[in-house]
Amino acid sequence: MTELLLRNGTVFDPLNHIRGETMDLAVRDGRIVETVSSKAKIIDASGMVVMPGGVDIHSHIAGSKVNSGRILRPEDHEKDVENRTSITRAGVGYSIPSTFTTGYRYARMGYTTVFEPATPPLKTRHTHEELDQIPIIDKACFPLFGNNWLVMEYLKEGKLEECAAYIAWMLNATKGYAIKIVDPGGVEAWGWGRYLKRLDDEVPHFAITPREILRGLCKINKLLGMPHAIHVHTNNLGNPGNYLTTIETMDCVADLASSGKPIIHITHVQFCGFTGNSWLNVGSGAPEIAEYVNKHDHVTVDPGQVVFGDTTTMTADGPFQFLLHKLSGNKWVNVDVEGETGAGIVPFRYRRSNYVNAVQWGIGLELMLLVKDPWKIYLTTDHPNAGPFTSYPKVITWLMSKDARGRVLARINKNARRRLDLLGIDREYTFEEIAIVTRAGTSKSLGLKKKGHLGVGADADIAVYSIDVSSVDASRDYEVVRRALAKAAYTIKKGEIVVREGEIVETPTGTTYWVDPKVSADLMQQTTASLSAKFEEYYTVRMANYPVEENYLESPTKIEAIAEV
Amino acid sequence: MVEKTIQDVVCTFCGCCCDNLEVKVEDGRIVSLRNGCALSMSKLLNYSRERLSAPMQRKEGDFEEIKFDDAVEKTASILANAKYPILYGWSLTSCEAIEIGVELAELVGGVIDNTTTTCHGPSILGVHDIGESTCTLGEVRHRADLIVYWGCNPVHAHPLHMSRYSVQSKGRFRKGRRDRKLIVVDVRKTDTAKQADYFIQVAPNQDYELLCALRAAVRIGELEQDSIAGVPVETVEEIADLMINCEFGIIFYGLGLTMSAGKSRNIDAALSLVKELNDRTKFLIMPMRGHFNVTGANQVTAWQTGYPFAVDLSKGYPKYNPGDTSAVDILARGECDAALVVASDPISNFPVAASKHLSRMPLVTIDPHITPTTLASDIVIPSSFVGIETAGTVYRMDGVPLLTRKLVEPPTGLRSDEEILNAILRRTRELKEVT
Repeated sequence: MTELLLRNGTVFDPLNHIRGETMDLAVRDGRIVETVSSKAKIIDASGMVVMPGGVDIHSHIAGSKVNSGRILRPEDHEKDVENRTSITRAGVGYSIPSTFTTGYRYARMGYTTVFEPATPPLKTRHTHEELDQIPIIDKACFPLFGNNWLVMEYLKEGKLEECAAYIAWMLNATKGYAIKIVDPGGVEAWGWGRYLKRLDDEVPHFAITPREILRGLCKINKLLGMPHAIHVHTNNLGNPGNYLTTIETMDCVADLASSGKPIIHITHVQFCGFTGNSWLNVGSGAPEIAEYVNKHDHVTVDPGQVVFGDTTTMTADGPFQFLLHKLSGNKWVNVDVEGETGAGIVPFRYRRSNYVNAVQWGIGLELMLLVKDPWKIYLTTDHPNAGPFTSYPKVITWLMSKDARGRVLARINKNARRRLDLLGIDREYTFEEIAIVTRAGTSKSLGLKKKGHLGVGADADIAVYSIDVSSVDASRDYEVVRRALAKAAYTIKKGEIVVREGEIVETPTGTTYWVDPKVSADLMQQTTASLSAKFEEYYTVRMANYPVEENYLESPTKIEAIAEV
Repeated sequence: MVEKTIQDVVCTFCGCCCDNLEVKVEDGRIVSLRNGCALSMSKLLNYSRERLSAPMQRKEGDFEEIKFDDAVEKTASILANAKYPILYGWSLTSCEAIEIGVELAELVGGVIDNTTTTCHGPSILGVHDIGESTCTLGEVRHRADLIVYWGCNPVHAHPLHMSRYSVQSKGRFRKGRRDRKLIVVDVRKTDTAKQADYFIQVAPNQDYELLCALRAAVRIGELEQDSIAGVPVETVEEIADLMINCEFGIIFYGLGLTMSAGKSRNIDAALSLVKELNDRTKFLIMPMRGHFNVTGANQVTAWQTGYPFAVDLSKGYPKYNPGDTSAVDILARGECDAALVVASDPISNFPVAASKHLSRMPLVTIDPHITPTTLASDIVIPSSFVGIETAGTVYRMDGVPLLTRKLVEPPTGLRSDEEILNAILRRTRELKEVT
């Protein structure tokens, strides 16, 4: 029995309505408890901010495209290395850190749970191999369904229930967590080098539209009782004027909502929040998108905040990545995956002086500041697409301090500055709001009942930052805040101190969550019976060799979802 | 007699990793198989020949049997005491074993390198420069109407590649051979070339010139030379037209491109040609990886260290500079002072200077077979076969991961690479802690 007593911390626990109260936290055997014995190890957290461990809803940390990015970019790693210590493994950064380094760097920032948001189902065994070798943090992955041949066929034929059973089978086969949709239908078109940009364009050979795919999968998500909403990367990403596609995408499922629970999450909105009709007049669609989000409860968003500097873009959106390759002239990797999805990778440098990049930077911040309810928006950089996750402390200072973002704003492309509304926005996030957008809100959205809060029974994943709120004003002393967030005073994972003063002291193994929707046995049997013939027809691997066994994962945690079918 | 038939077996020979073998086992022995090729037959029916039954050590020129624990002890002591050891091989074992190998290399401050260094190393260097437009093999099966094999001979080296994944396969949008065109580029008329619609005989060591000419022809449509690399200009222009006008094309390439004059420059040219073809149509490219898990060796090394092969961990962090940190070059310069070879036979394949140095220093080999490398070793630890006697993850040439299974028991006393390496890692860690 290990016990900890965290004393006199300034606690921000939004889910339990604790707003900066000075209080003690008791921990026993990896959980928050009411009290501990006198033998508990005591941590003095006086003058420190205490929050639940960070929960990242969208960060590309593992799997075939991440590793292709590593192989593409030795120049990315050379400039940023991690030495082996007696506790930690060696590794490299910068924008595509090696597996061990990924775990250490998240833990150092007080993050304890991270979700990989795009895994090609056929290659998900690879994703799990990497997730298993990311130490400390808990994790999960979202399999891609938006261009899956069988999904498109079931939906076209109106076989919603069979499609739901197939997805349940696939989630089990991949040990996946949520339904991810990237450029629905568009990646299939890209299999022919073609483009599909509008919601009502027909997917070549499949006679189905992105709208139908989105609506079908949204209904199935509900039928399966999934803990998270459908997680959507829109069509038409990266093109001027695409903020309309984004609003259309959110709106195309609006009528499916019930009970006020979000049913669609639109990710990295910055990439699909452009106004204008060319790169010369591209502007921020954040005010319009924020207005839509403010008025509707069925949708949540994250910005994919741009951080100026060098990074690596990687998405399942093959056609978007090709566009980025043509725009930047940078090297390009494309990987199409049979009957399922694709991927592209392009190194990219976001420049302050570049008009478009500066507008992109502004879109993310405007969105974060204009969406009024922090429970509807989560902090991401779409790591590594808009910037490495190690930039979070910097991004948080932009949210908490008008001065901090003003300093950057003063130095960006002046046409972009003129075009953006950012200068006129005075809002500054509080620590409570930061706690919502980085852990409480993300946990709630993902349906993680024991994460993102510090109530009795919660996982004892805790971040302690050296910020004395009685003397530090985040608006003015943003550098102090940034430094403190980059190196947690303590990170506690499942009741164990893993980081002290920003240094790794223990490297336990985190768990991998996956969702197993229970559909009726008859429906499942009927669906899988017809599936083996389809497998033979569509895949180059046998159906028997496709599923990832549960014991293949080092430390799996199954979450059962109760399906309505 | 106990009989069983095992379905859906993943073949562990070449990078095709065909996963539909049917293996018949009688009394713990594989007696026959279906759906295999000549290579898988020869391996699965003959693997148990020419192997050792116990660890051996060299004593005054001769080998003598030693206990497993003693072999581990001696290996750990060699590695722990070495200043700059090399850990080489890895493409014929499982990812699980390779993971331990990288950790061991890190622990002893050595270099970990895999056989990529002598086969598709230039392919990876090309990717660093250009990137690559690629796909899984099923995409080719379903969509490709133009298939190019360049400097490779799948009929002999990847016998089922053409029927399972490319020209002869039946896909959703291509029903078979008649729906596809086959171009073969090689210096000689191979058995693969005999099946081609277009056989382009390139002059030896002039692939680079031909690739650049094709690139020019794709860009500007016409060339003024009479011939390039021994190929008439009309043919070059015709091939360029075929490439531009196909709906979905792919180049598969082999060691004829990576190991002929130009090496990584050839790959740069091929990757650039394919990249530029994507302005006109859909075009992809894929190296024909040889060993069944050489792709996995690249993957594991990359996710653990950031780099896919030739990783130097002597400074406490990963450093990568092929040509400098690659096994052949370190050996040829005589810089390393011990070596652990796992699932590979470098003495047969390396240049003479490198092999000589390898046989002069303390050398430990873990391998199921007796090979020239085991014969030159100081300690040999025989292991079981991945995908036959032990399970493990492997990566197909297109990066699709597959879990291979155990079909039969290994001979008594033989352990898997994973178990052997774990034992060595544990003991080496203890020795390192003492010092």
